[in-house]
This record gives sequence, structure tokens and C-alpha cells, in this order.
Amino acid sequence: MSPRPGFVLEVDRSTPPTLFWHGERFRLEKLPEGSRVIYAPEPLDPLTDPQAAIRHALQHPLGDRDPLPALLFPGMRLTIAFDDLSLPLPPMERPDIRQMVIEQVLDMAAEAGVDDVELIVALALHRRMTEPELRHALGDRIYDAFAPNGLLTQHDAEDPDALVHLGLTDHGEDVEINKRAAESDLLVYVNINLVAMDGGHKSVATGLASYRSLRHHHNPQTMQRSRSFMDQHHSELHTANWRMGRLIADSGVKVFQIETTLNNDTFPPAFDFLQKREWEWGVRDRMAFLGASKALDRTPARYARQLFHTVKSPHRMTSVQAGEVEAVHAVTTAHVWEQQGVVVEGQTDILTMGLPYISPYNVNSILNPILVACLGLGYFFNMYRGKPLVREGGVVIMSHPTPWEFNPVHHPNYIDFFEQVLSETTDPIEVAKGYEESFATDPWYIHLYRTGHAYHGVHPFYMWYWCAHALQHLGGVIIVGGDPAAVHRLGFRAASTMADALEMATDLVGPSPSLTHVHTPPILMSDVQ
Amino acid sequence: MKALVFERNLPRFAASRVASLLGSGRGAGIGPLQLLDAERPELPSDEWSHLRPLLAGICGSDLSLVDGRSSRYFEDIVSFPFVPGHEVVGVLDDGGTDHAGESLAPGTRAVVEPVLGCAPRHIDPACPECRSGRTGLCEHTAFGQLAPGLQTGFCSDTGGGWSTAGLVAHPTQLHRVPDALSDEDAVMVEPTACAVHAALSGGVAPDDTVAVVGAGTLGLTLVAALHHVVRPDTPCSVLVGAKYPTQRRLAESLGADVVVPPEQLARAVRRQAGSLVLAGRLTGGADVVFDCVGSADSLTQALAMVRPRGRVVVVGMPAKVSLDLAPLWHRELTLVGAYAYGVEPPAGPDGSPRRTFEVAVDLVGEAGLGTLVSATYPLERYEEAVAHAGAAGRRGAVKVAFDLRNRKGRTR
Repeated sequence: MSPRPGFVLEVDRSTPPTLFWHGERFRLEKLPEGSRVIYAPEPLDPLTDPQAAIRHALQHPLGDRDPLPALLFPGMRLTIAFDDLSLPLPPMERPDIRQMVIEQVLDMAAEAGVDDVELIVALALHRRMTEPELRHALGDRIYDAFAPNGLLTQHDAEDPDALVHLGLTDHGEDVEINKRAAESDLLVYVNINLVAMDGGHKSVATGLASYRSLRHHHNPQTMQRSRSFMDQHHSELHTANWRMGRLIADSGVKVFQIETTLNNDTFPPAFDFLQKREWEWGVRDRMAFLGASKALDRTPARYARQLFHTVKSPHRMTSVQAGEVEAVHAVTTAHVWEQQGVVVEGQTDILTMGLPYISPYNVNSILNPILVACLGLGYFFNMYRGKPLVREGGVVIMSHPTPWEFNPVHHPNYIDFFEQVLSETTDPIEVAKGYEESFATDPWYIHLYRTGHAYHGVHPFYMWYWCAHALQHLGGVIIVGGDPAAVHRLGFRAASTMADALEMATDLVGPSPSLTHVHTPPILMSDVQ
Repeated sequence: MKALVFERNLPRFAASRVASLLGSGRGAGIGPLQLLDAERPELPSDEWSHLRPLLAGICGSDLSLVDGRSSRYFEDIVSFPFVPGHEVVGVLDDGGTDHAGESLAPGTRAVVEPVLGCAPRHIDPACPECRSGRTGLCEHTAFGQLAPGLQTGFCSDTGGGWSTAGLVAHPTQLHRVPDALSDEDAVMVEPTACAVHAALSGGVAPDDTVAVVGAGTLGLTLVAALHHVVRPDTPCSVLVGAKYPTQRRLAESLGADVVVPPEQLARAVRRQAGSLVLAGRLTGGADVVFDCVGSADSLTQALAMVRPRGRVVVVGMPAKVSLDLAPLWHRELTLVGAYAYGVEPPAGPDGSPRRTFEVAVDLVGEAGLGTLVSATYPLERYEEAVAHAGAAGRRGAVKVAFDLRNRKGRTR
């Protein structure tokens, strides 16, 4: 039986309560009659033989690119860059796609007699990955062959000796990327395209770039003009990256792009109920939900978090394509939409969402309040094509405990951003104007980014800029069950129950508002007509 | 007439110490402090005057006494029984003479500069410190014609402010209160003078980063002193660690640039100074840290956030504390006390140094520091008053004082 497409349910009297993620817990909420609940399409069938599919993609590239074996020759410098731990979410069961793809690239390189091969984690301004995280992504064989010899490195956006400035775009944007990657005879970039934003020219132009380069598009103005940044053709973020990508190509950097898509089978069988439509829950699902809920309610958040971060996703590959960047990305985006797209008729006054424990920036870490805001208003809000799911002046209600809690190793700068910057202003433009440069150039943050496992000093700013479009568009943001102090610091309102939140929302959108809930997991994209 | 009298009574002393475990000021009713009938104290000599208190503040050092937690260091420079109260504004019913030798008419309001240096003790020649105007450092506070006592309010001969019977003041201790100042303003002059002295002895240099640990009365008046007295000539950034919301609001209104909860202060200083962090302390840090608490924790925090060769000024009265001084040695820090008052730069109009109290009188008026008086109580409700003072920050208060003007008192 083929997987069912996405679905928009209209809540009536017989509709069972709707499942909401709530950090490391779940909540069941009875939504008002007439509300809409958007469900993602069911998981697409995975590739039956992913290894063969990868080989085929490498040998039959798209666009103006020769097959990979034809691009490999003895004495060449080959660099393989790959996405960092922010993809996919949650981390996938072994073998990770990166391992499967890179193993085949390395086999072809070996057959061609290529000796000079280096691997680079394209982490941009994200934190450096740990050894276990790298082993998980690449497999032990690759890790042991490359890491001990210094041939597996993590991009360092603050090492002037490891960067090269390729020039300015016609918009005056600096293009500065990893020197080894730029000066190689061939740069192979391995993507995991979890959402439509990922991949394309953004892979190299962002993943291997410096702050000097990134600041041209990672800013509030760009984000406010990206409607949404999940829709490449209406995204200023992508337009800037495409300009940079073309300059990179014109500079002689030869990129062989490999993009992969996943189905949305996100959680292992014990959590099947998460992805099912509630009225289709069987006895086993109800038992699993009750058991998990009760156990999690009794588990301190810290331990529940640790438990969830051990979860590995059964994601399976649905497509792999390789070749020239733009040709590859067009096909990839179509695959992403096929898995995640849902047609929705019209906007809503109130958009509700349950936020999970994880985002791209807190793998094995805490979803701190800034990341809560970014996950809800940056990611979930922007998962649309056409127009936002919620009307201008409408309200977003998010469900998450939003603790005033930070991982001091990964997010030390976030603590200062939260304490110092957001206490002064929550306006992204003012935030950028008043504080960005001092955080970006802070020697302590640079030290921690380069030598520890901390995100770059400017990263919390980017998370806040990710919210800029939503903050400009919305009339209010309410967090159900959030720590009031943390929620207020974000500039939002805290509600203890969904009923309270709905009542508060009516103050902003008027009585009898329309309500739409985005049911996650799995993630979905709304095509709002 | 009544006075609160502090007697040497070891069992009561022990009882108050135990009671203070429940919270500062909780032992007032069972400790060595008692409300007794009192007579007007005798004038030690003709040049002294009687002062009838109008308002008398409760200071942190008073609370330490009531809690039985003050250092034994002070045992020989106080004399029992004494009437506490050294933050005093009162009326000279019989007139008198002030510190500058000017005659004060009967009914004049005055504040007391409580230090009992060589002049009130009729010691001639005066010690070097008193001769140079630094009376707070007098070498003779246990000698001369008065019983031992570092200040009025700790001496059995002078009386103190916590009394309707009044106290006696030497001319060198008296400062006329300008008509523009309310009684509430005036009672803030003494703690403000301490803050002024600390601010000016901190060695703040232009463009320094200055951290203030604690935002009780001393911390807040220190912020005001830095803003109004130091900053006009010496621009600097002032960062304050304040525990309670009211304190944070007040610190901001008094001129602090950055106000954060105490646990965030080191991070704010690090950001300001562009420092790195090593083993929980800043490698750079603030140029000057004012510790307005005086506890082991606050001193440790101060030492961890001051730059190498920086200066930690101890403003809050400490007692016996346990402290790791390795950073002091390794980073060549200066740890310096700031007690009471004397004479200060900036120079007066004629170029001469001004008495700290004169600077403080101006500052209290300029910054409106009388608003820091949050609650007043009649003497009879001294247990409540002391308990309120002990929990001032938590209860949204700053300065708690006794109101000796035949009023029932007020709280806000």
C-alpha cells in the first residue's frame, strides 16, 4: 500500500485529544471544534538498495558535471566536506548516510590512485563535533583512517591561515571559504537534506564560510525578506548564497555536489504513536503513550533529556543525486516536498505547535530558551510555501517547558546573550546593531569555538535573526508551560494551560478565532493556498 | 524617655546568634538589645551639645551586633552598655557649634559624623591620622577622656541614635542639615559618606571597568557616589550585581550601566573587559571591584573578577572569613579596606580638601537618596524594625530607620 499523503483534519466533537510535544514530555490537548490539524504525509518508501543508488548517482551526475570517477586522477587534491551533527534530527541509526556516501567516494578515489584526500566537517559557526559524534557520522573505518593522521578536520571559521577570500559578489558580499576546500582540484560536498532549506549553494557558501562572509546574509534584514527561507525562490537567504555559490564556481572551485533525502520515519517503533493520527491509535499505541508519558512525567528533565538524546532515528534514504550544484538541488527539493508537503487552504488566526527536545543546534545538549524561540519561530513558523500559515497579526502558541537552562560548554555565549542582550532589547535589528560585533569578535568565544565545543560567539544572534520574519509578522507569541521568567525575557507571554493561552490569544486576534495545529513529528511543510 | 541599650550579656549574645540562624535580625527580642528607661546623657565638657534624634538608621554593622556575628576585633574599641545608632539626624534643642566652628542656633537640624577621634577625646596632640583629617583612622579610639568606642553608637559615654533621650555630640562631629534636605535625606548622609569615601579611595582611573558586588544601602549609595562624584572627572563603566528586583531597579536609576543578578556579574564583567576565563575566574576582569557585602563568598567573587594588579575595595563590614588568597599573590592584587570617612578630594571651591560628610550632604540632595529610606518604626517596635532591616533586600526595602519624631512609623 502506498504511503498516504498529508492531511488536514477538522476537529469535531468526536476527535480525540491531539498530541503535543512538550520538550522531554508529551501533552494531550483538546482543541476547539473547528480547529484544523495538519498531519504530514506518511513515510515514503525508502530506496531498496541505497548503496547501488549512491553508486549510480556518482556515475550518472546531473547538470554539467562528469561522472565522479572521471574527475579523479592521481596526484590531485581531493577534499570531501560533509554536513555536521545538526543533520539529520534525531541522529540516524548506523550506518549514517554520510558514511555510506563517503565510503563510496573514497573507494572511487582509491581506484583512481588519489592519495591526497582530506575530510572536512562543514560546520560553519557551529560547534565542533566530538569523536563519538564523528565516529557515528562517518563510521569507525573512515574515522580511524583519517582522524589520527590529521586528515579529518573541522572547518575553523576563525583561522585566517585556513581561509581564502575569493572576492566580492556583485552585491559587495565577501566570499571567504575554507582554503583547503577552495584550493583542491575537486571539492565533494555530502549533504543530508532534511528540510528544503538545506543544500544547494548554501552547502559550501555557508558551511565552509567565515563570519566575514556569513554576516552578509545571516542578518535580520535578510531573514525578514526570506518568505520563507524554506522556499528557495522566495528566500533572500538563498539568493545571497546562490550569488556566492556562483562566484565560488567562477573562481575555479570545482564542486561535486551530493544530496540525499530521507523519509520521515523519525522515531523508533517504541514511539510509533508520535507519528500516528490520534484517532488511529490502537491499543498498543495507547499503552505505549501512557507508559512513556507516565515514565517521563516521573523522570527529572535532565535524565529524560539524556534518554531522548540516545534515540537514533530509523530515517531511510529516499533519494540521492549528484553532480552540478543547481541541477542536483532542484531534484532534491522536489523529493523533500514530496515527503513533507501538505496543501493547506488559507491562513489561520492562531497557530499552535508542540516543540520537541531537539533542534539542529542542541544535539546532545539542552534546548535553551533562545533555541526554543528559534525552533518555533525560526523553523516551524517558516515551514511554509506561499504565505505563512498564520495571518499577519496572528498568534503563535508553542508548547515547551522553556527552562532557564543552558549548556555552558556548547552555549556559553547564549547565556550572555540571554542575560545581557535580551534584557535590553528583543528587536532583531537593534540586537544586531548594538551587540553583534562585540560578541562575534569576543576572544573568549573565539577561543571556545576553536578549541572546545562551543558555538561561535555570534551564533545566538543568528538564532534570534531566524525569528525575525515571525516577530515582524505576528501579533503575539505565547508559550504554554514555559518558565515565566525565561518566556518573558524572550519577550513572549507564558500560559500555564492551552485553555489559558487561547484566552490570552483572543485578546490579540479577537473572539472565535480560527486555529491550526501543526502536528509533529514528523516535520512537514505547508503549501498555503 | 526610652533607649535601646546593648549590654554585655553572653547568654543573650548566644541566644541572638542562634536566633539569627533563622534570618538576620530575628534575635533582637532575645539578644543583648533591650528597650530601657533612659536619661539624657551628660555632656563630657561645655563644648559638647545635646542632640535629640529625629531619625536613626539601622546599619549592617548594627545588624551584625544584634545577630552576634560581629568580629571580636571590635571588643576593645566599644564600651558597654551602649546605645546603638550612628546614622543620625537630630535637633540641637540648645544650639551648638559645628565642625567648622560656626554657631548653630537652638532648633537647628544636624547630622552626626560619628567617629570619635582625638578631638572628642580631648587628646592633644592628636594622632597623625586625625591631624591629617582622616579621623576614621584615629589611633586613639580606646583612649582619652571618653570610654572606648570607635563611633557614637558604640560608646557608653555618648549615647546613640536609637534613643528618645538623645545623645551628645562634639562640635567636630556636627554638620548642619540644609533646609532643602528632608529628615529622610539627612539620615542617609552617614552611609553615603562611607560610600563616597570608598568610591574616592578606589583608585578608579579613566575608562576603568568598575564592578560593585552587592546592592544594599552601601552598594546603592556607592553607585550614586561613583556616578555623581567620580564619573564627572573620571569616566568609567559601572556594573552592579544586585540580588533583588528593587535593588536592581534602584541601581539602574542611580547610574549603574549594567545591573545583573549576582551570579551573572562575573559574566557581565568578562564581556565588558573582553577577558578569558580560567578555572572559574577571569584572566582579565574589572579594574576595581567594590565588595559591599564583606562575606567570604563576596570576597571570593571579587577576587575572581578583578584584573591582574587590580584593586578590590572592601566596603561592607567583614568578620572572620576563610579565603583563598592565592590569586591575590599570583595576580598581584590589591585588597584594601574603605572605612568611614575623613577628608577627600575633590577639592572644595578654595582648593582645599573637603570633609567626606560635606560631599555626602551634597550627594544625598543631588541623587535624592532619601528615597532609599523604605520604612521607619518607633522604638517600641524595635524587634520588627530590626527584623525588617535584616530582611530588607528580600522585602524590597533598603534603609530601615527608627522614627523618633513621635510618629507611629511607616513602611513602603
